[in-house]
This record gives sequence, structure tokens and C-alpha cells, in this order.
Amino acid sequence: MGILQIIIVLAVLVLLVKPVGTYVYHVFSNEPNRQDRIFGPFEKFIYWLIGLKNQSGMTWKKYALSFLLTNIVLTAVGYLILRLQKYLPFNSSGIDNMEQTLSFNTIISFMTNTNLQHYSGESGLSYFSQMAVITMMMFTSAATGFSVAIAFVRGITSRGETIGNFFQDFVKAHTRIFIPAAVLVTLLLVALQVPLTLDPTITITTVEGAVQSIALGPVAALESIKHLGTNGGGFFGVNSAHPFENPNSLTNIVEILSMWVLPASLPYVFGRFAKNRKQGWVVFSAMMTLFLLFLSLIYFSELRGNPAINAMGIDSSQGSMEGKEVRFGIPQSSLFSAVTTAATTGTVNNMHDTLTPLGGLGTLGEMMLNVVFGGKGVGLINMLMYAMLGVFLCGLMVGRTPEFLGRKIEPREMKLIAIAILAHPFIILVPTAIAFMTDLGQGAITNPGSHGITQVLYEYTSSAANNGSGFEGLADNTPFWNITTGLVMLFGRYVSMIAMLAVAGSLVRKQWVPETVGTFRTDNKLFYGILIATVFIIGALTFLPAIVLGPIAEHLKLG
Amino acid sequence: MNANRKSMLTSAIVSRAIKDSFIKLNPVSMMRNPVMFVVEVGTVVVLLLTLFPGYFNTSDDIGFNLTVFFILLFTILFANFAEALAEGRGKAQADSLKNSKKEIQANKVVGGNVKVVPSTELRKGDIVVVTQGEMIPGDGEVIEGLASVDESAITGESAPVIKEAGGDFSSVTGGTRVVSDKITVRITSDPGESFIDRMISLVEGAKRQKTPNELALNTLLTSLTLIFLIVVVTLGPIAGYLDIELKVPVLIALLVCLIPTTIGGLLSAIGIAGMDRVTQFNVLAMSGKAVEAAGDINTMILDKTGTITYGNRMASEFVPVGSVSVQTVGEWAAISSEHDETPEGRSVLELMKKQGMGYDASLATGAEFIEFKAETRMSGVDLKDGRKVRKGAVDAVKKWVTAQGGSVPVDLDTSSDSIAREGGTPLAVAVDNRIYGLIYLKDTVKPGMRERFEQLRQMGIKTIMCTGDNPLTAATIAREAGVDDFVAESKPEDKIALIRREQAEGKLVAMTGDGTNDAPALAQADVGLAMNSGTIAAKEAANMVDLDSDPSKIIEVVSIGKQLLMTRGALTTFSIANDIAKYFAIIPAMFILAIPEMSVLNVMGLGSPMSAILSALIFNAIIIPLLIPLAMKGVAYKPMSASKLLSRNLVLYGLGGVIVPFIGIKLIDLVVHLWI
Repeated sequence: MGILQIIIVLAVLVLLVKPVGTYVYHVFSNEPNRQDRIFGPFEKFIYWLIGLKNQSGMTWKKYALSFLLTNIVLTAVGYLILRLQKYLPFNSSGIDNMEQTLSFNTIISFMTNTNLQHYSGESGLSYFSQMAVITMMMFTSAATGFSVAIAFVRGITSRGETIGNFFQDFVKAHTRIFIPAAVLVTLLLVALQVPLTLDPTITITTVEGAVQSIALGPVAALESIKHLGTNGGGFFGVNSAHPFENPNSLTNIVEILSMWVLPASLPYVFGRFAKNRKQGWVVFSAMMTLFLLFLSLIYFSELRGNPAINAMGIDSSQGSMEGKEVRFGIPQSSLFSAVTTAATTGTVNNMHDTLTPLGGLGTLGEMMLNVVFGGKGVGLINMLMYAMLGVFLCGLMVGRTPEFLGRKIEPREMKLIAIAILAHPFIILVPTAIAFMTDLGQGAITNPGSHGITQVLYEYTSSAANNGSGFEGLADNTPFWNITTGLVMLFGRYVSMIAMLAVAGSLVRKQWVPETVGTFRTDNKLFYGILIATVFIIGALTFLPAIVLGPIAEHLKLG
Repeated sequence: MNANRKSMLTSAIVSRAIKDSFIKLNPVSMMRNPVMFVVEVGTVVVLLLTLFPGYFNTSDDIGFNLTVFFILLFTILFANFAEALAEGRGKAQADSLKNSKKEIQANKVVGGNVKVVPSTELRKGDIVVVTQGEMIPGDGEVIEGLASVDESAITGESAPVIKEAGGDFSSVTGGTRVVSDKITVRITSDPGESFIDRMISLVEGAKRQKTPNELALNTLLTSLTLIFLIVVVTLGPIAGYLDIELKVPVLIALLVCLIPTTIGGLLSAIGIAGMDRVTQFNVLAMSGKAVEAAGDINTMILDKTGTITYGNRMASEFVPVGSVSVQTVGEWAAISSEHDETPEGRSVLELMKKQGMGYDASLATGAEFIEFKAETRMSGVDLKDGRKVRKGAVDAVKKWVTAQGGSVPVDLDTSSDSIAREGGTPLAVAVDNRIYGLIYLKDTVKPGMRERFEQLRQMGIKTIMCTGDNPLTAATIAREAGVDDFVAESKPEDKIALIRREQAEGKLVAMTGDGTNDAPALAQADVGLAMNSGTIAAKEAANMVDLDSDPSKIIEVVSIGKQLLMTRGALTTFSIANDIAKYFAIIPAMFILAIPEMSVLNVMGLGSPMSAILSALIFNAIIIPLLIPLAMKGVAYKPMSASKLLSRNLVLYGLGGVIVPFIGIKLIDLVVHLWI
């Protein structure tokens, strides 16, 4: 029965990939289509408003500069609002300005689509900050990631000098994807009993005579973009485990699908751009295979329960229910955890700290690879980077210098890819080591032994992958953690994005090599295998020693 | 010289390579190879820990540390040895070339007089005279005379070749010997820039530059090394949280096992050996880049004459017209060819012999031979009895016969057309005013060409034949040889246009050529193979020169290029796939003392933590010399489609790379565990 619940959600996702992917392709293909009639006038108004007269394509440098500048301006404005919220309107609770390292961490967290929360929403943010910073960035960071991914895909599938116009992509991502989808999902959630209200907190007296405050708010609205934009910052502290954020199995499924369907449809979009749908499905299949591996690891570990507790004779027929909601059970919790770390959303419907060691490894592993669908666009970019690495390693074995989609992979591309593959382990392992070497870092760890290692590793991995879920249990609102995770999020987001845009910029100018029987094909079963092997050997082996000391050691010690 | 070049490794080369592998330990030269440089730094660190145990507090581990030091040292030496061995053959060859470059006395023409000067004083533009028995003092062009020249010093071919002024056989190479007659040569190179000089530096690998693909692969290997450096360096503090103390030599052992030392150690050897294989084949590649480009070729442009066919049109059949018998046509054809020394004429007499037909040769005695002329397009004999016998182009003969009042047999045109349609050249045979029949001249395709073109097709390479023939003839030969496409009635300028057209579609083009008018096309092509017998302009424009002057060799050059790339890919995949087993050997060994439950991960059942680490390290070292033969010879290559090749090589080197170390490390551990 549990497996059936999972299979149904998977089947719905697979069915959604093609229609959603087709829609997204038409948004960004820049060819006239029916969508223009609906959204065109509105977009024209926005272009007029922002003074975008030149809508021609940009070189990769101009594109990168445009998205960076846009992000810098948004970050600066957001930072100022957080630091000055006391003096700004809509601060009925009289909340003080945010401390500077926490502001730094928070603003980067939301701009990079991470939504790692070292603050507490209820006490740390005014309503104005919630609206003008948090919600605004949930839209803009997702649209930024999406635009960059599309530009990257254009670069590796087309010929010329340019990879699209950032401002146009950025606006279209809002008008045609995130805003309409957010409205749709909000209505769906409201229909499924998620509150959407501006009424104040309800205070009631319980049957026992105690006074209880029940917090309310425009939950459904935030819930929709939180998932659609793979953001993950919850309305309530316990995120999607809260009965108002995620009241029942159906809302759970809606939330899973809304964070998953856009990343999952991107490989299909890529196939459309490459004019080779099979190519898109090969990438999708590789991602799905990895996902199923991690999902099985989580599901079966949780189902098996904690061996130490089982040994005490406590009934564990329901699996390891510690930290999970009874209304979701093992299947819906495992699936949610697997999807939230795959799509790097970071929303949680159960506490990852209380997952069994191997279940925790599943969530950690997906973020370490950051290619299993991945967040808004980043996952696809990373997977295509591994495809280029796979092509480079194995392509030589057909006796030709390596080519991907008809373009040769040469020293320049390899140097840029090297930057990207180096950055990920660097920003996870080096800060982790530093945290263990210093009292500032060690002081925050609340668990001894291997679980402590997992806590720290999870925090930095979540930051680097721009996931934002916390393993929790870490006392992380200190300048040390605010600054280090802030920097990790920053580099995790921008280093690989810029490097890969440069790869696209270099490939787009290359002469195409025609395909013959002597060409190394990247759209068949063999390449699907190569892609998965490359991800494992280059991506996963890097983290093996750390994982062995963390979750694996913990698992082995449990017996 | 030739025997020298073909010989495999001599003991002299091996002992020199052993010496060189120590010289190459110099850190300055090691730095060019970042992977092995990291190993060297690790080796030095372990050496220090072994030498000063008191200072580093490592007295308990002297035995282990010393062992690790020696294994690491041998890892580097093995890698150096591979490179030195690959260079060795070239160096030996360069030495023998240098011997042939002794100082030669040249007869320089100065203002009408001949002055004897040392060859080193010759400059571009000088004129020298070379007579029988003398060495040609420098590269040049024959401006007067004709001589046969022994070029075995560079080509290894002992039969002398004819060199004459003008035309495509005018270039001579310094260091070759004139065996007959006398020629005047204009020198075309300054000292140090001659063909032999270039050849020495090429085979020596002195100016060897990394190819683009090697550079890209190096970048990848360096970044993998850096990644594992991060992994190993951060492991200490993380393990420290669990109170596990990791010793430095153990961390270095893990690092060395994880970084791609196998491919890092063999990479340059593969490149050098690939170039060397081309040289063994008597082709001089001007750069490794050219050999690599050969592997990427999409289109090959081949001259029909000389490459695909023998070029000489041979008589293959006598076709009578009217009521004449085959025998009669043959007889008159033979008489007309009796004094004809052209290959066509010879082939007529040979055909008579082959078909066992006789003729009255005495008829032709004392007859006057009429040579072939461009205006008449006929040749033949005027017999003593007054009869005139002619053979030649059909329309010319027709005109000649009608001019004498003869008539043209009705079936002549049909017969001659059908010969032309089949790709042959019809020659009409006539006596006075009567046409007897036709000689069917055929251009024969070299044996084995069809199979080779089939192989090229399997590799995804398109072949285009260029010929000056008419479209009909061209089509027949193209069909017979099995080329994919042809250009008929082509002029030299057409070739360059064809190359540009193919290149505009992103294709890489290879071609061969020898004439001066081929030079622009040779330069435009991605791989241009010039014939050594060709002109200097052609040789300079090309990026490869075939010393044997066999244009069909371009096909083998492509195979060698592919083999070079495949070897590099196979060993890279193998090297990286090895990491899985090495992890399973070392990781449990490192932590098992602190976390006994880690024994589950010891899937190979290795004897003890120390023997596990040493076994992985030993495997990592000895795999390098074990793979040297493969790196030098290249992986086996049979032409087939990319998907088939890939599946085959993935199983061999990818899957093999995962499995072999599991077995290897286990076997080594069985031995090592006897001690620790």
C-alpha cells in the first residue's frame, strides 16, 4: 500500500513532464505562439516600465553580468530593509532591526534560492520584511535560476553569438510561469483546507482552561511559491509538517508535485531545444534512476526502523516514526524528503535529524550530487556538466576527440568545468573541516560522535546545494555559522552558474561537427549508463570518506 | 636505417630509459605533470617522516613509513620510465639521422666558377653542382640535369629515385646521395632548417607540444587531483571529531591511490608512442596535433590516379568492329605498339602475350615510329611497304581515316561509347583508310581498395575521389573502388573549393598531394599528407610527409590517429574506475581500529589495515609498468561503428577497471599479509 502511494505520485509526475515541458519550451523558445496573446500585452507594459528597449540576444558575458547585477541590486535592497525594518511600515509587533551577520545570512539565503533559516520568522521579521524581502525573493531567485538554465541550454544547442536576453527571460519566467502557477496552486491548496487569511491570531481557551494562541495568516499563498520556486522557507517554524501548511495527504502530494514538476520537466525542455527529444529523455531517465535509488534507500531504511529500538522490543511495524507526522506515515514522509532534497527545495514535512542514518544519507547524498533534478535549473546545468565529463572520459574511446551535441569539448571548456566540479566539494568539505577544528564551529554541535558529523556536513551541503533544509539540532544562529554558511551559499550558487554560462558562451560560437556513424552518441541507453557512472565516480566518490565517518559509521554502530 | 626504425626495444634503449627515469625525478621537470608532482611531494614528506622519526614523533612506524616511501618512489620511477621508454626509440632514431648529417663539401657555383665550401656555409638561393657519388649538401630544387638519387637515409628505401629539373620531381633532400649523372641544385633552406634537421627534432620529440586534447585531459586530471587533495586534507579534522587520529603516511597513501596516477603517469608516453607509430610507418607528422586531427577526419579527398588506381591505363581487351576478327585487331594493335615505349603501348603487347595471340613482328622491322602528339592524338608506325598503322583517340582516328577516303564502321561509335561508359578509354586501331577495331584501355583499381573504403565507411569517414576524367569514366571507377562520391573533370582549384565546402559543414578533411598546385589545398586541409617525392612547396604546405610516397597511406594514418585517442580514453577510464576498489581497500583500513564495525566494508577481506593500505599502494604502482606495453602499442583497433567500439571498450576498460583492482589488491594482500 505504501509503495502504491509512491508509485501513483511518480506516475502523475511522469505524465506531467511532457505537457509542462512543452509549455516551458514555448515560453522561452522566443518563437511567436499562442501564449503571446495572453501574456504579451502585460509583458510589453513591464518592458516599457523598466525601459527595456533592446530585447536582442546577449553574449554570455552580458547575460552573466545582467543576472548578477539584478541579483546584487535585489540583495542590497533586501539587506537594507532587514537592517532598517524597525523604522519601516507594517511592523505592528515592533520587531527590532536584524543583527548584521544574520541579515547577511538571511539575504543570501533567499537570493540564492536556498532558504536556509537561521532566524525565526515570527519574532525576527516584520510583515513588510516578509513581503518585500522573503516573498519577493522566492519569486526572483527562482526566476533567476530558471533563466540561467534556459540560457545555458540555448548556448549548448544553438549556434551564433548570443544565448538570449536575461531581462526578457526573467520577466517571462515570472509572468508566464511562476505567477500563474502560484495562483493556481494557492487556489488548489485553499480548496484542500490550507488557510489563506489576514485575520489575526486566534486566541482560545481550551477545555483544560489553558489559553492557546493559534497562528494564522496567508499560508496558502506562501506555500505555493515556496514549493514552485523550490524555495522551502516555511510560514511556520516546523515548515510543511505543520497542519496548516500541509493538512492532509492530498496537500502533501500537491506540494510534492509543485516543487518537483518544473525541475523534472527541464530535461524535456532541453530535449526540445536540442531538437532531439530522446536526448532529453536520456537525461531525465538518468535523473529518475538516481532519484529512485535514493528514494528506496530512504523508504526502506525508515520502514526498517531503528535497529537499536527494535532490539528493545518496541513495536516498529510502522517503521521509524520518530519526527514524522502520523497523517503522512513512512511513504509520504520518505517521498517528501527525497523530493525536497532532490529538487533542493528544503521544505520538510518531517524532521531530517530523526531520519535513520541511512535515510539521512539518502537526503544528504541527493544534495551532494545536486544533479537529481535539482533546484530551479541548477540541477539540469549540473547534469549536463556531468554529461560533458562523461563524453570527455568515454568519448575518446571511439577514437575521436570528444564532442557533445556536435561541439568539441576542448581545453577552454574543460577549465571552466574544472572550476565547477572543484567548487562543490571545496565549499562543503573545507568549511566542515574548519567547523570541526574551531571551538566556534564545534560549540554548535548538539550530538556527539558520527551524528554530529552528519549535522555539520548536512548544514554545509544544504547550503552549497542551495537546498536550505536544516538537519536541525545545530545551534546555528551565531556569527560563525551565519557567515560561513552565507559564503557557502553564495559560492554554491554563483561560481558554477557563471562557469557554466561561460561554457555555453564558448560552445555557442563553435563550429558544429556533423554526426556520422563514427560519432559518439549521447542519446541512447549506453550513454544513460555512462552518465550515471560518471555522476557516481566523480560526484559521489568525493564525499565517500566523509559519509563513511558520518551516517555510515552511525548506521554500523546501531547494529 | 629502415631496419633500425622498425626494430622494437633494444637493450640500449631500455637501459637509457632506466637512467632517464631517475634524471626525470628533478622536481622542475616533474612540475609539468601535476598528478605525478603531487606524488613526488608526498614521497618527500614520507621520506622526512622516516628520516627524522624523533622530530615528527613517528618512531613506531619507521618500517611502515619506509615501505610507503619506496612504493611511492617506484610509482614515480615507473611513470618516468614509461615516458623515457617512449622517447627512447625516437632518440635512437635521431642519433642515426645525426650521423648522416656529417659535414659535406659542397661545390658552390660562384659567378660561373665552382668553389668548394662546407655545406654549413650554404644559404638559401645558393647554387651547387652535385655529381655522381657525392652527397647533396642541402635541401634544394634541381634546376638543371637529371640524376638518380639514393634517398635511403631518410626513406629507408634502397632503390634510387629519378630527380630532374622542372615538374614534380625536382626537389632533393640534403644528406641523400647522387648515384648517377650530375645535377645543378638551388639550395632552398638555411642551415638548421633543413628537412633532416626538422626530422631529427620531430623524432626526438624535442619540440613536442601538448595537443589540445592532451591539454584538456590534463586539466581534468589536475582538477581530480585537487578534489582528492581537498578530500584527504579535510578528512583529518573530520575524523578528529571522532577521536580518530589519521597518520600522515596513511593519508598520503589514500591520496596517491585516489588521484589518477595511472593515466597521469602514462599520458605523455601514449602521446609520444602514438607519434612514434606514425614514424614507424615512414610518415613524418609535423605535430601531434596533426595525428590527433587524423583521428577526427570526416572526409577524405583522394586522387584517383596513383591513390585509388595504378594510374596507368592498361589494355584489357581488343574489340573488333565490322566483320574483323579479334585476332586481326590484336595483330594491328601490336604492330602499332612495337616501338611504343609508353605504358599503354607495353600493355598492348602484354595483353597479346596473355591471351596467347601471335603476330608477325617482322612487319614492323625498319618501320618508322610515329610518336604521340597532342595535336594528332595518335601514334603508330609507317611500315616499309607504305602502309600506315595508327592507334589513338577515336575521333582523331575517325578524322584521319575519312581524310583518306575511308569510311567509319557503323558499330564503332556504339562500341566506343560502351567502353567509355564502363570507365575505359577506347583507342581506335586503323590501317590506312580502314578502322579495324578498338583497344579497351582500363584504369585498374589497386587491390584491397574496396575493403579499405568499406572500413572507412564503418568509421564514419566519407571518401571523395578527384579525377580529371570525364564523369562517365569517373563514375565507373568510383563504383568499382567503392568511394562515396567523386568529382570528375576536376582542376586543382576545385580541390580547395571542395575542402572549403566540407569544412564549412564542420567536417575535418584529409587529403594527399605531391604537386606544387596541390600546395594550397594541402595547407587548407586539416590533415595534408605530402609525398616525399613531391615538390618542396607541397611538403611545406602539408602537415605530414610520407617518406615512401604512397598516397593510400593516409588511410592508415587515420587509424593510427584514432588508436592514439582510444588508448588515451581507455587508460583514463581504467584509471578512474580503479578508484572504487581502492576506496574499499583503504577506507575500512583507516577507521577499523576506532570503529570495529567498519569491517563490513572490507569486502575484499584484506588481512590487516596495514597490509590493505600497502596492497592498494603496490597495486597502484605496478599497474603503471604493466600497462606500458598497452600505452606503447595502443589498444587494438578494428574499424567499426562508434557504438560498437564504445560498448567493447567500455566493457574492457571501464568494467575491467572496476574489477581488476579488486582482484589485484586481494592477490597482493595475500602475499603482503604474510609479513604484516
